[in-house]
Amino acid sequence: MEKKIRVLVAKPGLDGHDRGAKVVARALRDAGFEVIYTGLRQTPEQIAEAALQEDVNVVAMSILSGAHPHLFPKVVDLVRNKNGMKDVLIIGGGVIPEGDIPALKEAGIAEVFTPGTPTSDVVDFIKANVKA
Amino acid sequence: MSNEKIQEELAKYQASVEKAIARFPEREHLPEQRLYTPLDIKDTDYADEISFPGVYPYTRGVQPTMYRGRFWTMRMYAGFSTAEESNKRYRYLIESGATGLSCAFDLPTQIGYDSTDPISEGEVGKVGVAIDSLADMEILFDQIDLGKVSTSMTINAPASVLLAMYIAVAEKQGVSADQLKGTIQNDILKEYAARGTYIFPPRPSMRLITNIFEYCSKNVPKWNTISISGYHIREAGSTAAQEIAFTIADGIAYVEAAIKAGLNVDDFAGRLSFFWNAHNNVLEEVAKFRASRRVWAKVMKERFKAEKPKSMMLRVHTQTAGSMLTAQQPNNNIVRVALQTAAAVMGGTQSLHTNSRDEALALPTEESVMIALRTQQIVAYESGLADVIDPLAGSYYVEAMTNKIEAEAWDYIKKIDEMGGAVAAIEKGYIQKEIQDSAYKWQMDVESGARTIVGVNKFQIEEEAPKNLLRVDASVGEKQKAKVEAMKAKRDNDAVKAALADLKTACQDENENLMPHILAAVKTYATLGEICGVMREVFGEYEAHVNL
Repeated sequence: MEKKIRVLVAKPGLDGHDRGAKVVARALRDAGFEVIYTGLRQTPEQIAEAALQEDVNVVAMSILSGAHPHLFPKVVDLVRNKNGMKDVLIIGGGVIPEGDIPALKEAGIAEVFTPGTPTSDVVDFIKANVKA
Repeated sequence: MSNEKIQEELAKYQASVEKAIARFPEREHLPEQRLYTPLDIKDTDYADEISFPGVYPYTRGVQPTMYRGRFWTMRMYAGFSTAEESNKRYRYLIESGATGLSCAFDLPTQIGYDSTDPISEGEVGKVGVAIDSLADMEILFDQIDLGKVSTSMTINAPASVLLAMYIAVAEKQGVSADQLKGTIQNDILKEYAARGTYIFPPRPSMRLITNIFEYCSKNVPKWNTISISGYHIREAGSTAAQEIAFTIADGIAYVEAAIKAGLNVDDFAGRLSFFWNAHNNVLEEVAKFRASRRVWAKVMKERFKAEKPKSMMLRVHTQTAGSMLTAQQPNNNIVRVALQTAAAVMGGTQSLHTNSRDEALALPTEESVMIALRTQQIVAYESGLADVIDPLAGSYYVEAMTNKIEAEAWDYIKKIDEMGGAVAAIEKGYIQKEIQDSAYKWQMDVESGARTIVGVNKFQIEEEAPKNLLRVDASVGEKQKAKVEAMKAKRDNDAVKAALADLKTACQDENENLMPHILAAVKTYATLGEICGVMREVFGEYEAHVNL
C-alpha cells in the first residue's frame, strides 16, 4: 500500500482566524492525506520542530493578520536549513495581497492560496508537487 | 379567512404547484418550504411572543420609538499601525459624521504582549493599533473629547487593562469615569470557541470579567462592560441559530458567574450588550435579530428573575459579515454590505459597523471606508427602512423564521446546560466542533455549487490584480519598539515595580477586585505586557485542544 502523504497545517503568528486552516485541514484529510493541525499561535521554531517530529511531506500555513512577509520565509528557512528537510513542500494561504506573492515564492513558498480558492485546488496542487 | 378555509385553499395551491413543477422544475438547493401563510404562525400569540417595541419580550425592538427617535450609532471599526495614525483616522471619521468610535488593536495588544516582545515580531500595528502603555493611549485619543464620544474597544483577555488606560486618559482630560460611554468586548468565552485571542484559563478569565462588572457598576455606570459576541462565532462558520444560541449560552455563563460572585442581577445586567453578525440572507438575519431579543428576555426574566426591564433587553451592536466579502470582483462587496446593512436595520440594531469592499484583500483604504459609511447613511436617510419600527413583523415568513430560530436556539441552550454550561461545553470542544462542522459544510456547498457566490463559483471574470490597497508601513514595528524603550527610560521605574508587586498580591487573593490595582499600575506607565505578565505568572495560560 502506498504511504499516505503527511501534511502539517500550521497557524504561525498571533492571529486567531483558523476557519480556513481547519476547513483546509479537513478537506485534506478527506482527500486521504494524514493531517496534523498545530493549533493557534505557533512560532516559526515550533512549526519547524513539529514538521521534523511528525516527519511530514507538506507544511501548509495560514495567516490572516498580514504577518506573512515576516513569518512564512522564517519557517521555510528553519525547515530547509535547520531541519535539513529539503524536499518538504511548503505552501501558504490567507488574506495575502497579490503583490506580496512573488517575494514569498522567491523565499521558497511553493504556492500561495488566496480567499475564494476551492479546497480541491489545494489537494490537486499537493498531489502534483509533493515528493513523497 | 378561517384557518380551515386557508387550509383548503392551500391544498388547491399545492396541487397547482405540482402541475407547474411538472412543466417548469424549480431551481435546486432551495429551502424546503416555498410559501408561508397564516397557518405557519397560527400558534404565535401576539401579546406573549411579539408584542410592542420597548415591551417584553422585545421581539420588535428594545426602545419604544427605535429609529424614529434617532438612528443607530454608525460606528466604524478602525485602528492600525501607530496611535498617531489611528488618531488621525478617528478624527477623520468623526468629521465625516461617524457617531461613535470603535478601536481595533493589533494582535500583540490583544494577547497582552508588548511590541518589544520577540513573539510580537511581524505583527505590530498590523490588524490594529499597537498600545503598549498609557502613553500610547494618550496619543490615540488626543483632541478627542472622551466626555462626548462613545468608544467601543475590541479587546478581550486584557480588557481590564485597556479600560483602565481609557479611564486614566479621561481623568487627564478632566473627564470623570462616571461620564464615560462606550463598550469593551470583554467576552472571553467566544475567544476560546471562535476568535482565538485568549490568554488565561477560563476560571481566572471569568474572575476578571466579574471584577469589571462590579467595578463599573459603581464607578463607570454608563459603560457597557461586555459585548457578548456572536459575530466571530458566525465568522468562524456557524449558522444563524448557532450564532445566537452559543452566544446566549455564553451570556448565561457570565450572568451566573457574576451572581456567584455576589452581584445582584439587576445591578449589572443592564450593562450587558451583544454583538451580532449581519450575514447575506436578509430575511433570515432579520428573524435572527428578533429571535435573539426574545430568547434573552426570557432567559433574564424566567431563569435569572431579573426585575428591571433594562436587564431583559438585548441591546446589540452589529457588523456586516467580513467572511462573506470576496476577493474576486471586490466592488460587488459594496452591494453585499448594503443588503447586510438593510438586514441589521430591519433587525433593529443599536449600532452598526459596515465593512469595506476591499477587506478580503487588505485593511480598507479611506475611500472604501467612506463608501461603507455612506452605505449606512443611504439606508438611514434614503431607503425608508428606518421610518417604521420592525417593518417585517407580521410577515408570515419572518415570524415563522423567528420562531424557528428561537426553537433551534433553545435546543442548543438546553444541550449546553446539560453539559454543565458554556464553559464546560467549550472545554469539551463541543461548541468549536459544531462551528467547524457548519464551516466545512458551507465550503463544500460552495465547491459543489449547491451554494452560489457571485464572482467566486459563478459569473467569474478574468481580473487584474487590485490596486491601491492599504499597506501598513513595515517600519511601524521598529518605531513602536523605540517608543516603548524611550517611555521606559523616562518613567519612574520604582513606582512601576511597586504597582506590579501590588497587582501580583491582589491576583493571589481571589476575593480582591483587580480593577483598582490595574488602574494604579497603568498610571505608573507600566506596560500592557508587564501587567499581563504578572497575571500570566499567577493565572497561567490557556491551552487549546483541537478536534478536527
